[in-house]
Amino acid sequence: MLRFTLSRFIQSIVVIFAVFTLTFFMVRVVKGDPFAGEKAMTPDVRRVMETRYGLDRPLYEQYFRTLGSYLQGDLMPSMKYQGMWNARIIADSFPISLTIGLAALAVALSIGLPAGIIAAVRRNSWVDYSAMSLALVGICLPTFVMGPVLALIFGLHFRWFNVAGWFESTDWVLPSVTMGLIYAAYIARMTRGGMLEVLNQDFIRTARAKGLSEGRIIIRHALRGGLIPVVAFLGPALAGITTGSFIIEKIYNLPGLGQHFVRSVFDRDYSLIMATVMLFATLLVTVNFFTDVLIGWLNPRVRFA
Amino acid sequence: MTATAEEIDDSIRGRSLWQDAWARLRRNRLAVLCMVLLTGIIFTCFIGPWFCPWNPEIQNLKLRATPPGTMETLTEASWVNHGGTAEEWRELTNGGANPQKRRHWFGTDTLGRDLLARTLRGGQVSLMVGLVATLVALIIGVAYGAAAGYAGGRTDDIMMRAVDTLRALPFMIFVILLTTMFEKNLLLIFLAIGAVEWLTMARIVRAQVLGLARQEFVDAARSLGLQPGRIIFRHIVPNVLGPVIVYATLTVPAVMLLEAGLSFLGLGVQAPDSSWGTLIDDGATNMESFWWLLVFPSAFFSLTLFCLNFAGDGLRDALDVKSAKD
Amino acid sequence: MPAFLSRCLTALACGTVLLFAGGCSDDQISAREGAAKKIFLINNRSEPRFLDLQRANSTAEHQINLALFEGLVAESKNSDRDVEPGVAERWEPNADKSVWTFHIRKNAMWSDGVPITAHDVVWSWRRMLMKELGSEYSKMLFLLKNGEAFYQKKVPAEELGVRAVDDYTLEVALVGPTPHYPSIACHTSWWMVPRHAIEKWGGITDVMNPWFEPGKMVSNGPFTLKRYTFRRYLETERNPRYWDAATVKLDGVRFYAIESDNTEERIFRRGQLHATYNVPLAKIPDYMRDHPDVISNQLNLAIRLYRVNIARGPLKDVRVRRALGFSLDRQSMIDNILRANEKPALGIVPPMEGYEGVKEFRFDPAEAKRLMAEAGFPDGKGFPTNLNILISKSEVAVQIAEAVQAMWKEHLGISVGIASQDYTVYLTSQQQKDYDIAFGGWNADYYDPATFVDMWVTEGGNNHTNWSSAEFDKLVFDATQCADAEKRLKILHDAEAVALKDAAVLPIYYITRTRLIHPAVKEWQPRALDNRLWKYMDLISPPPPCSMDDELKRD
Repeated sequence: MLRFTLSRFIQSIVVIFAVFTLTFFMVRVVKGDPFAGEKAMTPDVRRVMETRYGLDRPLYEQYFRTLGSYLQGDLMPSMKYQGMWNARIIADSFPISLTIGLAALAVALSIGLPAGIIAAVRRNSWVDYSAMSLALVGICLPTFVMGPVLALIFGLHFRWFNVAGWFESTDWVLPSVTMGLIYAAYIARMTRGGMLEVLNQDFIRTARAKGLSEGRIIIRHALRGGLIPVVAFLGPALAGITTGSFIIEKIYNLPGLGQHFVRSVFDRDYSLIMATVMLFATLLVTVNFFTDVLIGWLNPRVRFA
Repeated sequence: MTATAEEIDDSIRGRSLWQDAWARLRRNRLAVLCMVLLTGIIFTCFIGPWFCPWNPEIQNLKLRATPPGTMETLTEASWVNHGGTAEEWRELTNGGANPQKRRHWFGTDTLGRDLLARTLRGGQVSLMVGLVATLVALIIGVAYGAAAGYAGGRTDDIMMRAVDTLRALPFMIFVILLTTMFEKNLLLIFLAIGAVEWLTMARIVRAQVLGLARQEFVDAARSLGLQPGRIIFRHIVPNVLGPVIVYATLTVPAVMLLEAGLSFLGLGVQAPDSSWGTLIDDGATNMESFWWLLVFPSAFFSLTLFCLNFAGDGLRDALDVKSAKD
Repeated sequence: MPAFLSRCLTALACGTVLLFAGGCSDDQISAREGAAKKIFLINNRSEPRFLDLQRANSTAEHQINLALFEGLVAESKNSDRDVEPGVAERWEPNADKSVWTFHIRKNAMWSDGVPITAHDVVWSWRRMLMKELGSEYSKMLFLLKNGEAFYQKKVPAEELGVRAVDDYTLEVALVGPTPHYPSIACHTSWWMVPRHAIEKWGGITDVMNPWFEPGKMVSNGPFTLKRYTFRRYLETERNPRYWDAATVKLDGVRFYAIESDNTEERIFRRGQLHATYNVPLAKIPDYMRDHPDVISNQLNLAIRLYRVNIARGPLKDVRVRRALGFSLDRQSMIDNILRANEKPALGIVPPMEGYEGVKEFRFDPAEAKRLMAEAGFPDGKGFPTNLNILISKSEVAVQIAEAVQAMWKEHLGISVGIASQDYTVYLTSQQQKDYDIAFGGWNADYYDPATFVDMWVTEGGNNHTNWSSAEFDKLVFDATQCADAEKRLKILHDAEAVALKDAAVLPIYYITRTRLIHPAVKEWQPRALDNRLWKYMDLISPPPPCSMDDELKRD
């Protein structure tokens, strides 16, 4: 275990470093720079801005300078939001996306898991079909339809929630449901598949033969193995869920992190792109690591194979 | 020696797997219904336009955003615009004796284009994006994942960390990079999306292969002196087909949703061409004023995804060897 | 296993609840509460990127600065063309209108009580002309005598054309006769910043100098900065030390940054905004028909146009460019797509008091056909099919491009494509002149036709078309040297005609600003430049009845 952890830790650092390097050079290959605007900058102003952010230096020098800053834990200032530190932008917005993401995860699990389990147990019956149909609603419509529809129904018609914004203690509900419904569909299908796989195995037959109740069999014995595909899917997806979604944040006008992933790219805000991508990469390697550990625990046969 | 082994192998597995699977699939009525529906949608989108009198790109600003069922009186000019010929027009109108009227069954969009024609055209694009990108993802993902899982050890580690790296890279930059480097076209969207989707596929295949690579029949094949490539593709890959097919039917909707998301950001299909994604985006912004702009494309889109999911589950069940004993 | 699962879910739930407790601590006020508290809730569309007055360059920052600061003169409440006293109580020019003297009022002070003097203005303008500040509007001050030379560090500060005669008298020497200088001086680039506050918190040109943060910022307008939460809102409150504080009706203004038209419209209907930034395109006719008392529609001093890259293939031929211009049925686009009372743009300069614009590009498909045939493309035969209209995704840009595409196909028989790129690529392609035809626009900086005309000079920073005309350049230069206001406008008119004749720019329409305004709003003051006159605006509580009450009053 220790050996595995250590080796994965070193590998993770290599991955993060590779992401850093690739991103750094990729964003500079793309056409445009942070100083493009509707009204063109004069060459003088452009030169001042380039000097200010070190963009007049040779590329390798910029690279090592950025790398040096990151090694010291300095995420540098944003190039587009002048006077703002990237670290502050992330610190302000990440908790919001995390909140919505975790709530979305809760929504997804509470719809997807029961639907998937019921569907697997009552396979190919109308119960199966209706449970799965219900779970599939979320991916049959893109978020940019689901979001406004929910806002119109529950915000404007029933007036239960605000239609947008991040003020009141219930403002997480609509965005989380919008996001959660997508993942509910995936989880339901993964759970159904995984459960079917397990329910046919010998130890379940044995348990049935012993006369255990069906509910007990499912919860005590089948769920553990049946959840493997769900965990394998959710682990990496978790990094995406908790860092927000541009479309959902735009529809519900949320001050989350997801918008910065997209907006910084559209703005060519080199330093903010770097900060968001590094955050995402770190999260991703971390959750991937824990996913692998968790899968090993759920399925002793592949443990650290 | 080698040939004999393969012959035996093929004759045994080939029959039992596929024929049983087909028999099981036929018993699953919902899956069959979904597959029929799916075929129907594909046929409608690709053959339907032949029977639709409207060209999806021709505007009539006088008939902007008219509700479903609106009648339009044709003129010779508009007949020709929509793809007809002057002779046909003369025949149809009989020298002006028969004025020609056609219905917009799905209504028209905000520029007065026929929504039915646009939905069908959008379907062609979306289905192509979905299928081609999934195919790309499937080919790369299965080959990569199987190779990593089969090799194991350090090679596996390196290959999987490369997948992690690619996954963490910002997808948007990649898309913008592609759209600026090349003239933007559909092929590019397939490529970009396929290039992202294969990563998950590779992870799934690799996890499955990891378990299989150490089983007896692989050892047997190896001891017969088969090349690793042959072992992977002839012996291992067929065994992971179940999860792969499930994931592929999950990928098609994911790809279509991703294309829709790109359209929302303005990086999708180029106007005036359409995809279900661009049509639904258009419909979503207009949904309170012109409901049909949202309802018709969404209905096609949802039905397709629905069918894909149930057909996928049906296929999975059919290919599930263990459940055959039920 | 179940224990593990339930533990996981419990942890998840607890974490979520904790986060909510910390996450949503902001207060929200409804439009009705806002009216009672006299706090104006307005959508400002985008997040300010520079809160420093002298670095500001977007409309979002501009609107905020109009509430926080004030210049020597201000836009008049009564007419778009006139100005009224601001920090200066009166002013007078010399005979040829090249030197202006401003008398600063004695009761003008910063929000921390420090009096405003002529020295503050001198210091501010010198800062504005520091290259290291990196301000995109520095060039506005090149109008000052030696302004450009000082910017390029060729002359010392003393030679810059601004001088404090005494604490309350400011003498401004300009490069030439400028009869309309007061209306130029309304622009925020000519306003003053608090020297004492900037120097207290950091370097003069340091971009990370936090002087503009709440609690640190000192301003001189009707309002001061109260709080600013990134991506949520920026709130200002009444400035009791403002010289004209008695006139100010509101106690505060809250600026939101809601980016989507549909989202802000839903928020408005939920009764949480006093003024939206825009109205969803599809809903404009519905609102105009059903709720004319809620929708506000005002012609704006701005144009939407196509730039034509005259170095590209057939576009080199002026006849082709003119044909493209004559075959656009602008009125049909307005009636069928835009539908917000926009005006067809036949010339470069939008309708303006006192200026008669050139009416060149009327809709004339016959003339367009004739020109195309003359250029060697009868009915579009032989015309290349690889030309593209460059746009970035917005509903309007896409629909206009699709309509234009169809019109050129119908009237000229030519096929052009549409290239939709992300915004930065779209801008960069234009700057690098790597496009065929590009959708674009221009919003006036100040109330004068020159703001629309002089951008097309040879190698102008926003020309982008490769078009260059010695005749045009000379006319624009002559206009800057002309002391006679009437004659100057005549010269600008001639320049506009020259530019239009060569058709490197194809005007499409003059835009209107359309907003939803809550019934509680009094004195909205529609403006040609869309600059809000915050000090006159007011809210009535309770709001008078309106046609949308069944929705707005439901809570």
